[in-house]
Amino acid sequence: MAMADGFKEKATKEQKYDRQLRLWGDHGQETLENAHVCLINATASGTEILKNLVLPGIGAFTIVDGHKVSGEDAGNNFFLSSSSIGKNRAQATTELLQELNSDVSGNFVEETPDKLLDNDPEFFHRFSLVIGVQLPESTCLRLGAVLWSADVPFLVCRTYGLVGYMRLVVKEHTVIESHPDNALEDLRLDHPFAELKHHIQSYDLDNMEKKDHCHTPWIIIIAKFLEKWYSENNFQLPKNYKEKEAFRQLIRQGILRNENGVPEDEENFDEAIKNVNTALNPTKISSAVEDILNAERCKNITSQTPVFWVMARGLKEFVENEGGGKLPLRGTIPDMFADSEKFIKLQNVYREKAMQDALIVSKHVESLLQSVGKAPEGISEHDIKLFCKSAAFLRVVCCRSLAEEYSVDSFNKDEITSCMDNPDSEMVLYLMLRSVDRFYQQHSRYPGVYNYQVEEDIAQLKMCVNSLLQEYGLNVNVKDDYIHEFCRYGAAEPHTVASFLGGCAAQEAIKIITHQFVPFNNTFIYNAMAQTSATFQL
Amino acid sequence: MADVDEPMAVDGGIGVSGDWDGRWNHVKKFLERPGPFTHPDFEPSTESLQFLLETCKILVIGAGGLGCELLKNLALSGFRHIHVIDMDTIDVSNLNRQFLFRPKDVGRPKADVAADFINSRVPGCKVVPYFKKIQDFDESFYRQFHIIVCGLDSIIARRWMNGMLMSLLIYEDGVLDSSSIIPLIDGGTEGFKGNARVILPGMTACIECTLELYPPQINFPMCTIATMPRLPEHCVEYVRMLQWPKEKPFGDGVALDGDDPEHIQWVFQKSQERASEFNITGVTYRLTQGVVKRIIPAVASTNAVIAAACATEVFKIASSAYIPLNNYLVFNDVDGLYTYTYEAERKENCAACSQVPLNLQFSPSAKLQDVLDYLTENASLQMKSPAITATLEGKNKTLYLQTVASIEERTRPNLCKTLKELGLADGQELAVADITTPQTVLFKLNFT
Repeated sequence: MAMADGFKEKATKEQKYDRQLRLWGDHGQETLENAHVCLINATASGTEILKNLVLPGIGAFTIVDGHKVSGEDAGNNFFLSSSSIGKNRAQATTELLQELNSDVSGNFVEETPDKLLDNDPEFFHRFSLVIGVQLPESTCLRLGAVLWSADVPFLVCRTYGLVGYMRLVVKEHTVIESHPDNALEDLRLDHPFAELKHHIQSYDLDNMEKKDHCHTPWIIIIAKFLEKWYSENNFQLPKNYKEKEAFRQLIRQGILRNENGVPEDEENFDEAIKNVNTALNPTKISSAVEDILNAERCKNITSQTPVFWVMARGLKEFVENEGGGKLPLRGTIPDMFADSEKFIKLQNVYREKAMQDALIVSKHVESLLQSVGKAPEGISEHDIKLFCKSAAFLRVVCCRSLAEEYSVDSFNKDEITSCMDNPDSEMVLYLMLRSVDRFYQQHSRYPGVYNYQVEEDIAQLKMCVNSLLQEYGLNVNVKDDYIHEFCRYGAAEPHTVASFLGGCAAQEAIKIITHQFVPFNNTFIYNAMAQTSATFQL
Repeated sequence: MADVDEPMAVDGGIGVSGDWDGRWNHVKKFLERPGPFTHPDFEPSTESLQFLLETCKILVIGAGGLGCELLKNLALSGFRHIHVIDMDTIDVSNLNRQFLFRPKDVGRPKADVAADFINSRVPGCKVVPYFKKIQDFDESFYRQFHIIVCGLDSIIARRWMNGMLMSLLIYEDGVLDSSSIIPLIDGGTEGFKGNARVILPGMTACIECTLELYPPQINFPMCTIATMPRLPEHCVEYVRMLQWPKEKPFGDGVALDGDDPEHIQWVFQKSQERASEFNITGVTYRLTQGVVKRIIPAVASTNAVIAAACATEVFKIASSAYIPLNNYLVFNDVDGLYTYTYEAERKENCAACSQVPLNLQFSPSAKLQDVLDYLTENASLQMKSPAITATLEGKNKTLYLQTVASIEERTRPNLCKTLKELGLADGQELAVADITTPQTVLFKLNFT
């Protein structure tokens, strides 16, 4: 009966997770279910982030929190009740988060992160990702250093009044399946490969039956007319608007006419004309992919080299040899008006060529593995095929460390200064967050928490702002209004802002874990007053 | 952060019965303190919280992905009088994001379960559920709310809601009575994309003003489905639209139920057969179900973001704390995180909010079918099954109505008649009803 139960369980999970499996697939779900995430501080922001990881079925979470639940906490946190007041916050929230999804394993540690850093920093090494919420600057930097050395991705999140902040810290994050929104097709019309040429030759547009003529895929049509164009234009692709328009006209002339000379309704020709704009773009490798192929990691393959880079090197070998400067063929074509047989035949030409290219890349990968003393079958055909299919969309994200961001010698002065040309840029909110951290360092509290403090803290906070700007030699103007506003916030954590951040952070966490879709790099600011946001690379 | 045994972070506030110390501290800072970015009408006061807790009435439409988040967000922002409408029951596939529901709740009405959960988790909150359609309520119901926030999955429903709020507007001598305005906050999500907008009926761009933002769903052409399939999806559509009605595999009159695994299994197998006939690969069970049910992928995170943005706007408007979003936010986190905020513009001749009568230009020899086609196909109108009536010889005559079979049959011959033959005159008013609007839309017929 255990086996039948296993099937039933799997079927229920497939049903439960159906809507998200359509986004990241079963393999993506598997990485999620094998992940163990650490949340530090179960404030509203923290529990909102975790909620959005527990619901999709993260394998396990561990909450690290030394605080006791306050009346304030119970007021803005959905995963606390008034009966939790006085109890340990890690434990109380774990119970209510665990209750969301029985597939997930919830754990808690009633300890402050500082204590753990003192006594057992290696505690953090076991996690797929550490999410630090509402951390004071000193704790954040300490933790950042430990996680950087251990190569554990770190996501820093805070909600401060109507401002949300996220900072991603990961040395090198590779993405094979980035799932770009508007990808250009890989049709090779500018340089048809031999098999495609051969297939195109099998069509004779001038000697076809009408029903075949009007069911010929537009890819063939463009290819045929391109041949005509080449012979009359010195073998140059139509480049500018004028030439493309002339090319479209050439195609238009190919539309069949009836006895009265009126053009027939040929949808495939209409499609061809519409696609002239994009179909004739020269096949090129994007700069993002070029950077990957030229990266040091790609050049120096050792037995320690991660799979991504071994495959990238295999790709590079292909590009520089058999590929003639081009990536392996993607192998897909868009749907187009055509009869089934013609479309499938054409689709198969692309598919088979893509398979051949992938095989060659496989051979290169096998040699590479052998050359560093590893088993040639160590990387599966399936993975190499996926890599080849995604070749045009590979991405690598490298975030600078917190140490680099904070050091006077290496902080990103240019980015900060140029953004602050507009004094209302979200960058001012970043500077204010850095300033309230200074305030906290000096006064062991945040500004304006109590009503009576608001006015007097404004002057103190302003001094912190000025000392920050001075220390970093930043000649920018931070308007008094923002200083006042940040005192007004009194370090409040309004639920809706925490929830917005919770959605953003959880998705970035899922990107890090699944290696699908592209994470931000590296600082995200949300302004709930104006409902705007910005990403900076600091 | 203030600890429990330190003095209250906000001075002088008297707790409402059932509230504990510090409960509303996070909210109070925005209600009781002045600030440089507040709305010009904002006045810090300890009474604002009382207004939210005791008086302000919010209507949430939808208790699904966005609705669950909205209810939580509003409850934790101080709103206690929240009504929620949802006509659906809970399905297993909801559980990955609709966090107020558990496996044991499958089959129960969403509104009821959601209300129970919130009311028990957030003491003092009184969510009132309605297991009904929005069309089951009239103006007197909607008029009682201060703000309405939608988490719908249907454009038609949005348009209906939009039309309803337009019908509540009171104009005196052409001037809009601002007390008749009920702000509408609307959120929508799809995969990793979402949007949130603030609509002040009669004042800012409404749903109809920006109808082109929702392009009509493109279905596959019939000839492709029937004779020239190329994609696995074409095969599934063939089985759904042509083979099922012909073979009636589960009996006469039994319609294809996308939620019945047996039905989907049948469609899946037949689709595979069709696909192999044409050498098409890629038909899977998941793909089959996706096509039959027109499934849109969904995750918790996007819903959280959009619902949070919407709830922030509800709070801003209810409290006048800040100037609300003006008026459209777009969100996409496929590649990093991208937001774009802009002011959608009102359309001068908007069918819903412009007060300008709409013109229909047709030749007197045009057929009624042509008018029908225009009403459904025009990008700014996008009606679904309009019913057209006109006053002829002093009587109200139905020219064509699709939604009642007997009337459809009786009025069908009118479609082939010309407007002149039907007795319509130049300048005549035509009244058109449709599911996209609660009120009849008046058109003026201009003969060309």
